[in-house]
Amino acid sequence: MPYPAYMEESIHKVAATRPSRLEETFSRIPQAEREDLVNEFHPDYKKEYLRELKIGPNKGSLAPDEIADLLEGNSRIDPDEVNLDDVDYDVDVLVIGCGGAGGAAALLAEENGARVLLATKLRLGDANTVGAQAGTQAADRPNDSPLLHYLDVMGGGHFTNDPDLVEALVKDAPDAIRWLESLGVNWDKEPDGSYHELSGGGTCRRRMHSCRDYTGLEEMRVIRDEIRQRHMHGRTLDFVEFQPAIELILDDKGQVAGAILMNLETREMTIVRAKAVVIATGGMGRIHIQGFPTTNHYGATADGLVLAYRVGCPLIHIDTMQYHPTGAAFPVQILGLLITEKVRTLGAQVINRDGDQFVHPLEARDTEASAIIRECKQRGKGITTPTEEIGVWLDSPMIDIIRGEGTIARELPAMVRQFARFDIDITKVPMLVYPTLHYQNGGIMIKADASAPVPGLFAAGECEGGVHGRNRLIGNSTLDLFVFGRRAGKSAAKWAKEVKLGKFTLDHVRKWQREIKEAGLESRPVSPMLLPNYAKHEKPVPGFQPLGEATAYTPFGDATSRWI
Amino acid sequence: MADATTVKEKAEQEVRMVDIYVTGKRYKVPEGLTIQTALEYCGYNIIRSCGCRAGFCGACSTIYNFTHDPTIRYGLACQTRVEQDMVITQIPFFPAAQALYNLEDLKPEEGENKLLTLYPDIIICFGCNNCTKTCPQDLEVMEFISDAIRGDIEKVYQKSFDCLMCGLCAARCPQGLQPYNIALAARRLRGAHLTTRSQHNEDRIKEIEKGKFDAAIEKLKKADEAELRRMYAAREIEPAL
Repeated sequence: MPYPAYMEESIHKVAATRPSRLEETFSRIPQAEREDLVNEFHPDYKKEYLRELKIGPNKGSLAPDEIADLLEGNSRIDPDEVNLDDVDYDVDVLVIGCGGAGGAAALLAEENGARVLLATKLRLGDANTVGAQAGTQAADRPNDSPLLHYLDVMGGGHFTNDPDLVEALVKDAPDAIRWLESLGVNWDKEPDGSYHELSGGGTCRRRMHSCRDYTGLEEMRVIRDEIRQRHMHGRTLDFVEFQPAIELILDDKGQVAGAILMNLETREMTIVRAKAVVIATGGMGRIHIQGFPTTNHYGATADGLVLAYRVGCPLIHIDTMQYHPTGAAFPVQILGLLITEKVRTLGAQVINRDGDQFVHPLEARDTEASAIIRECKQRGKGITTPTEEIGVWLDSPMIDIIRGEGTIARELPAMVRQFARFDIDITKVPMLVYPTLHYQNGGIMIKADASAPVPGLFAAGECEGGVHGRNRLIGNSTLDLFVFGRRAGKSAAKWAKEVKLGKFTLDHVRKWQREIKEAGLESRPVSPMLLPNYAKHEKPVPGFQPLGEATAYTPFGDATSRWI
Repeated sequence: MADATTVKEKAEQEVRMVDIYVTGKRYKVPEGLTIQTALEYCGYNIIRSCGCRAGFCGACSTIYNFTHDPTIRYGLACQTRVEQDMVITQIPFFPAAQALYNLEDLKPEEGENKLLTLYPDIIICFGCNNCTKTCPQDLEVMEFISDAIRGDIEKVYQKSFDCLMCGLCAARCPQGLQPYNIALAARRLRGAHLTTRSQHNEDRIKEIEKGKFDAAIEKLKKADEAELRRMYAAREIEPAL
């Protein structure tokens, strides 16, 4: 499905301005103007999609409707029907979720002497981590420093970040890179062994460590293999797949004491007793905030936020999401698919339908996304697709012009392959892009040791908040996984050695259901959501209970009328 | 759900529909859907065999053929478009065997082929090339198995790097080899033992451990927002490479 004929005129205009754009430096947007732009055009700032939470630790503060529904949701269990004495697993540390953060936490907890159970909703490693293409930041070049990295992170996050967490992030970064390498991650390198580092949106130095454009996949393959190897060696690291946590267990002193898992197919419950629990459940793209398509994997449904919220753990910056500036807008089969920022770091510019640049290609993500939305919605300079999506051009052929033929094929094999499947050669023609729901900036409140305010609870990765403030920079999400994943694993193992657990209870669930009733919220969905419900039935199915609620978006939904 | 019917009816009027077969039953679905979205369109709630939905995780390995052509074909459900008369089966999960190793012990001596130690069976590859023909990433699988037999780790790394570990090559190998696991061991061995360490990275880690930046970071942490904003705006931005 190459581009339709009517788009050709615009594609020619893009090609025609390449020689002049080679010379052109588009200036960055000054700070004050940047904030006005984001305020006016970024989806986070649309007040009509936010509402006040009525119950729980964040009562009174704002959250997007879709998250509020889940946070105020009903438990999947009836505490009176669960026998907590019928324990299936008794471990020191339970890690919930196995993307990069959960995997790293499990490895570190095991190394630090804990008996570990890793429970995942899908397979080991089925997580947003594998889709992270661009790289991992670490300030390790001589002209760089953790101080500059710190400033970049704070500025990117509009100075709302938690300084202790940012300090941990930037100081652990070089060691996180080395740790991954020692496990067998193959970083792109120069012949002398130094890393081949690129710049990214909002970074003042080149500090992105990458593995072609399969960085997260490479990291995850290695971590997953290490987990399997340790398990096969009979070390104290066990795992269960397709068994998400649906509720945490507390003890009578209010400490976290384990979790209830549910088999996704049989829906049987498993009781896990654990002295410490690490939540590493990732993000929420599949709840489709404001109906946006997403770059996220199938299981990204904010489960960890719900689990933590129900045991009284406050959340931070939960009203702010990251819309990746460049999701695919065409063809419709890959609507919302992530087009890595690395495309822009390598030299591709963002171009309107007249062939003109309208924004520096490496602004921080919220700014870049807002500028694209403004260009389409206010200035009317976007290109409309046959399915009535709108987008602007991401001029990939500039990369080979700037860096020499073959660069795109070498540096962006995943992107070349993705578009070739739809007969689009990105070395010759640009890609049509529009912002897509990408990342949960906020989440579970933690301290620098990855501990949450509820004793015995730890969190790492996308499900925690405060590290990135209200906007995360490229390459800091995968870094977050390994910095706070490792910290969480270590802290949880240490906590497990010291804690004395009391009597197990689900009274918090009883209390929660009472609060729901008092607030008149019984009609809220059950949560955690576990999986989005994309299935369409031609006729009603008696007794059919989907795992999750239908979302405002489906892979075809509205779009069915638009398939061509 | 009422809306879905409307949408579906509307879709069927405006869109070219194709017939596909799922566990023997025929369904009409809009042309252009992927196998994955077509299954959902047919009312299936997918639990296994679905991951990133973007061609990166290898969770949705799929077997299909056509009513008029029994030749088995392979692909990723999230990346393969449905076609007329397609017969679809999902593979829940491929259980390939894996060698047990400690990465530490994989450091090869001069002239030693560790891959052959771990996976001695690879020499029975008889070059049918089914693995290559099966690979949804179009990798030269049989070639990198030959490279593994010769102990050429660098070539295995180069040729296998884009592997999603979907397991289809192992599913197809008549000799029972597990090309994707063999390549993973080779890549980990290379990353951990055969590349030169970065001196800059080692130096920076030592500086951080010695507390070189602590006082300055403490100062940044205490700075008020106006001061931070000033410093942020004053950063010198290094040009992209």
